[in-house]
Amino acid sequence: MIEVRKLVKRFGLKTVLRGLDFRVEPGEFVALLGPNGAGKTTFLRILASLSRPSLGEVAIAGYRLPAQAAAVRQRLGVVSHLPLLYGDLTADENLRFYGRMYTVPRLEQRMAEVLDLVGLSARRRDLVRTYSRGMQQRLAIGRAMLHDPQVILFDEPYTGLDQEASNMLDGVLRQVAGLGHTVVMTSHDLARAADLASRFDVLSHGVVAASVLRSEIDPNRLLAFYRQAIQGA
Amino acid sequence: MREDVTLSQTSTHRPASNFLRAMTAVVWKDLAAELRSRELLSSMLVFALLVILIFNFALELDTRTRSTVTSGVLWVTFAFAGTLGLNRSMAMEKDRGCLDGLLLAPVDRSAIYFGKAIGNLIFMLVVEIIVLPVYSVLYNTNLFVPGLLLVILLGSIGYVAVGTLLSSMAVQTRTRDVLLPILLFPVAIPVLIAAVKASSGFLLGIEMAEIQPWLSLLITYDVVFTAVAFMVFDYVVEE
Amino acid sequence: MGPKPRLLTVLDVVTIFMLAIATWMVFFYAPMEAVMGNVQRVFYFHVAAGWVGMLGFLVAAGAGVAYLRSARRKWDLVGLAAVEIGMVFAFVNVVTGAIWARPIWNTWWTWDPRLTTATIMLLIYAAYLMLRQGIDDPDRRARFGAVYAIVGFLSVPLTFFSARLFRTIHPVVIGSNQPGAEGAFDMTPLMLQTFLFSLLTFTIIFADLMWRRLRLGRLADEVEQKKLELTV
Repeated sequence: MIEVRKLVKRFGLKTVLRGLDFRVEPGEFVALLGPNGAGKTTFLRILASLSRPSLGEVAIAGYRLPAQAAAVRQRLGVVSHLPLLYGDLTADENLRFYGRMYTVPRLEQRMAEVLDLVGLSARRRDLVRTYSRGMQQRLAIGRAMLHDPQVILFDEPYTGLDQEASNMLDGVLRQVAGLGHTVVMTSHDLARAADLASRFDVLSHGVVAASVLRSEIDPNRLLAFYRQAIQGA
Repeated sequence: MREDVTLSQTSTHRPASNFLRAMTAVVWKDLAAELRSRELLSSMLVFALLVILIFNFALELDTRTRSTVTSGVLWVTFAFAGTLGLNRSMAMEKDRGCLDGLLLAPVDRSAIYFGKAIGNLIFMLVVEIIVLPVYSVLYNTNLFVPGLLLVILLGSIGYVAVGTLLSSMAVQTRTRDVLLPILLFPVAIPVLIAAVKASSGFLLGIEMAEIQPWLSLLITYDVVFTAVAFMVFDYVVEE
Repeated sequence: MGPKPRLLTVLDVVTIFMLAIATWMVFFYAPMEAVMGNVQRVFYFHVAAGWVGMLGFLVAAGAGVAYLRSARRKWDLVGLAAVEIGMVFAFVNVVTGAIWARPIWNTWWTWDPRLTTATIMLLIYAAYLMLRQGIDDPDRRARFGAVYAIVGFLSVPLTFFSARLFRTIHPVVIGSNQPGAEGAFDMTPLMLQTFLFSLLTFTIIFADLMWRRLRLGRLADEVEQKKLELTV
């Protein structure tokens, strides 16, 4: 579903990603871990088609980036730590707008489904400005799922959420994972990632330093695994 | 090419209608948001009226000089209020990451450009339509000359075409608000000169043959810069 | 940046030589103009500087297009160099214009099309530099610079036409027979030679400065590169 080969990303003279290889099978839920500045957000932006690779190949759902970006975008949903929502519009209006941009068929019905999924049906006619951060994040997920993407990318989705909101987000993410979408999620929060992911990759010094399947590792050993991975490279 | 039997098939067909749909969606979104908050229009309007007031005291517009100076005052006002609108319109997208939201959609980047530009144009025209009668009343001059309305339309189109492109750049820099006028004004001078002269021409009832070169200049500017902005917009928003 | 190429040294020598000759020609070879007197001699370098100002703009716009199509860093450097150098010459153009204007029309400034356009060009140059200064990411800086160089360049002819429609008291020197335009004069063959030689000299100066500026830019890049290598 996602294939990345020898990905290099440079900003001017600085190289952030150094020949990164990455492969995700359909239905996998990959937690991408790594210290600050490792390049997680850069990598995710490239996958999201918001940034171009300097060198290397990226393909999502069989379509290459950046050449076939439009096809990729139709099949991709992105949730970043910024809400990507218009505060002066209601949840309904936000969804309707994005629905039109993605040419979602049977839009009204789909909107209802999605609002149900993220538990915001009751407040759909409220301005997003009035939503709490947690609610905005949930709506953002709804927005990302509106066009039924095959791949969903989450960039630090728990940022700025309190305990209760984080728990609610957990619930939504579990549902999303259950629906069979392919997911890549970057996170600082090892504990939460541990619960949800089927695979853990560690990004360090511009490459994937280590990768392990959920089934292969004892969750208690995850922290040690992580620490070792970031020292290694 | 992969076969996809999902909802996602539809947008890879009929690209032209997709373009129009995306463009109108963007315009609609901007208008709807503005109708709710009225933030943009009110600030542009108040600013415009303040500028006119200041001009009154700064220039001592007595009845004689007024007729020659009116179009200049109007266009300076429009230019300044215009930058306000352009800045705010783009800043709204940038601040909540919505620009990324727009870029993530499977639409042509130029659809986004035209959507924003048309939205900006509508806001600018609304402000201008309100300022005209106010000015007329304050200074007892009749400004509802059809030729003038044409010039306002043409001038605003050119101004907004370049302004939307440049504000997309300015909003991504550190010096954001200050930068837009610095970038825009030198490049918009042909529009401003032509608009002022053509407006004067219509207001003073000068014969069409003399006004016509200014109109040609305005149209040329509009066409050239809309084309350039549309071609170059991709590079401004894509990383 | 390697050692200074032989060709550059040769160019340096040629440039200095030509500048010396041009100066001599301006002051001694060209005859004194009948109406305006010696101050007219400013004209040769004034127009040459204006020409280089425009040349800088043209090169920057061209480099802009090249950068957008190829994304190769060197075009960004060429664009920046062209703007920096062109700006200096545009400034010289405006100042010498004022020096010329003062005795002839008894005013330091004339809102005529050429001078006005030259000043606006200067402002666009300055805006270009300010735009670049406000951006940290080098790729974005290059892209935005390229876009603005193109937009700026395209606006100049339109600005010129609009200013020209607006008013004219600038001497229309080349190919004009308008007796009404004050300060106009016909060029004798000696004057023409001086004029053309000045144009050529200033163009060579531009090329020389560009080359040196590009070398400087590459050196700066190398330093940056070394710094990055040290910190990793």
